[in-house]
Amino acid sequence: MGTIQPKVAEPVGDELTLVHAAKAGDISAFEELVRRYDRNVFRIAQHITQNREDAEDVVQDAFLKAYQNLANFQEQSKFYTWLVRIAVNEALMRLRRRRPERMVSLDEDIKTEEDSMPREVADWAPNPEQLYTQGELKEILGKTIQGLPPSFRTVFVLRDVEGLSTEETADALDLSIPAVKSRLLRARLQLRERLNKYFKNRTGGDGKQ
Amino acid sequence: MTCSDFLKELTDYLDDSMDAQTRAELEDHLQWCHNCYVVCNTTKMTIEIYRDSHLYELPDDLRGRLRSAIMTKCQCKEGHEAVPDQTSTSSSLDSSKIK
Repeated sequence: MGTIQPKVAEPVGDELTLVHAAKAGDISAFEELVRRYDRNVFRIAQHITQNREDAEDVVQDAFLKAYQNLANFQEQSKFYTWLVRIAVNEALMRLRRRRPERMVSLDEDIKTEEDSMPREVADWAPNPEQLYTQGELKEILGKTIQGLPPSFRTVFVLRDVEGLSTEETADALDLSIPAVKSRLLRARLQLRERLNKYFKNRTGGDGKQ
Repeated sequence: MTCSDFLKELTDYLDDSMDAQTRAELEDHLQWCHNCYVVCNTTKMTIEIYRDSHLYELPDDLRGRLRSAIMTKCQCKEGHEAVPDQTSTSSSLDSSKIK
C-alpha cells in the first residue's frame, strides 16, 4: 500500500530576501509575504475557529502582529512556520472567547487510545468523489472536522492539509514530536471513523441512498 | 504483530517515516489482516480527500479586501523599527503564546 505523498514544497528561496527587505522597512516586500500566505492563514484560521468572521479577523491580526514583531523573528525557522504559530494562537484565542464555558487548549489530551480504535471497518467504494458533488463533499468534510477537538483538528490541518512536517508542526504549536504524532494518529482515525457513515460501501451498509 | 500494534504505527507507516524492518513487519501484517488493510486504506483516503478538498478557500474579493485592510493597518502603525538581525531570545509573542 502506498504512503501519503507530501505536498510539493512552495519555493522559499527568496522568502528570506523578502523578510530581510520587510525588516528594513520595505512594505511592498511584506505585502508579497501576505500575498504568498494569506490563503493558508485563512484556511488554518477557519479550520480552528469554524467561524468565517473570526477567520477573517485572524488573518488581519496575524499579519499585523507578524509585521509588528518582524524584528523578533530570529530566522531559526521558516517565516511561514513562525506566521502559522502566530495565526494558531490568534485563532485559539478567538475560539476561547466564543466558548468561554469550555477550556480550549492544545495541551488537552482527550481520553485514551480507545476513542480512536476503529469500530466500523468497511471499504469505501465507489470513490467518495463519485458519490457526492463537490458542494456535498465540502459540507460533509466541514461538518466532520468540526466535531474533532480543537487540539486534534489543529494538528491535522497543519500536517495533512497544509503539509507542514512533523517537526514544523511541533515547532508551530510548541508541542513535542511524540505529542504531534499522537494527536495526528487520533485525528486521522477519528475522521476516518466519522466519514465512514457517508463513504462506506453501500451494498451492505446504510449510507446515503 | 497485533492489530493494536499496527494501529500505533499507522501514522509513521502512512508518512513513510520508519525503518525498513518495521515497515516490512507492517506490510506482512497487511497481507493477511483484511481489517487493518481497510483501515489503512480508508485512513489514507481520509487524508487525501481533505488535502484535495479546497475546503475554506479564500474568495478573491474577500482576499483583496483583507489584504488592503492589512496593509493599511501596517502602514498606520508607528514605532516599527527595522532590526535586521535580532539575536535577543525574548519575544513579545511569547506573552501571547497559548498552550
